[in-house]
Amino acid sequence: MCNQTVSLVAAEMERKGISTVAIQLLRKVAEKVRPPRALFVPFRHGYPLDAPGEPARQHAVLDAALRLLETRDASAPVLVDFEPELNPGSRGAHP
Amino acid sequence: MGEFNEFSITVRAVLGAYRWRRIDPVPWTPLEKPLSECRLALVSSAGFVLPDQQPFDESLRGGDFSYRRIPSDVEGSEFIDTHRSESFDHTGLGSDPNLAFPIDRARELVASGRIGSLARSHLSFMGSITAPGRLVRDTAPEAASLLAHDSVDIALLIPV
Repeated sequence: MCNQTVSLVAAEMERKGISTVAIQLLRKVAEKVRPPRALFVPFRHGYPLDAPGEPARQHAVLDAALRLLETRDASAPVLVDFEPELNPGSRGAHP
Repeated sequence: MGEFNEFSITVRAVLGAYRWRRIDPVPWTPLEKPLSECRLALVSSAGFVLPDQQPFDESLRGGDFSYRRIPSDVEGSEFIDTHRSESFDHTGLGSDPNLAFPIDRARELVASGRIGSLARSHLSFMGSITAPGRLVRDTAPEAASLLAHDSVDIALLIPV
């Protein structure tokens, strides 16, 4: 339900002129709810930014999210997969 | 990861039968300036509150649709996890709240110049809202207005 909650809040913020990006932990839910900009991460619930006490890995996710905001030619809704192996600082998804 | 199979059979059944709220049309605010000039707000659904704030109420039917304002100078050690859901592991949040409320990472983004500034207040929700009507009608628009009045340009939203 967390995924839906942040998506619905994101939509209200977009309506108020704020650009948003929402992390999503369930791709199926993101496809159904359709937050304006979403970064799907392959991590388990409770670990949306990858790993505790690992600033570089957390920054890797944040940087990917920020890059979605910078995408100029996108149209809503945008749903992009975070690929840990392609992002500096990230060591890959949890087992 | 990313599928319902990380949950118990009971939770999977609930999620499979649930009628998800579809955003339609999808609103869209294009980014009009560089991130280095943008003001960022964090919005987390981890159910964090501060010691002087009311915990989220798990007993509310349909979920607690309220939110808490989190001052930008908060220390991560102040967060109290009041999200009672047993469908995810809380251990990581307990050892590092940045996992779902990345306030230290956000400060580092400002220090590096990647982001311009941080909002005066960030927002904390509790995500277990099965009946989101009052969230959509009342608290989400109110929360969005709060950030808009603080000249927030961008928001990062993090579920757990």
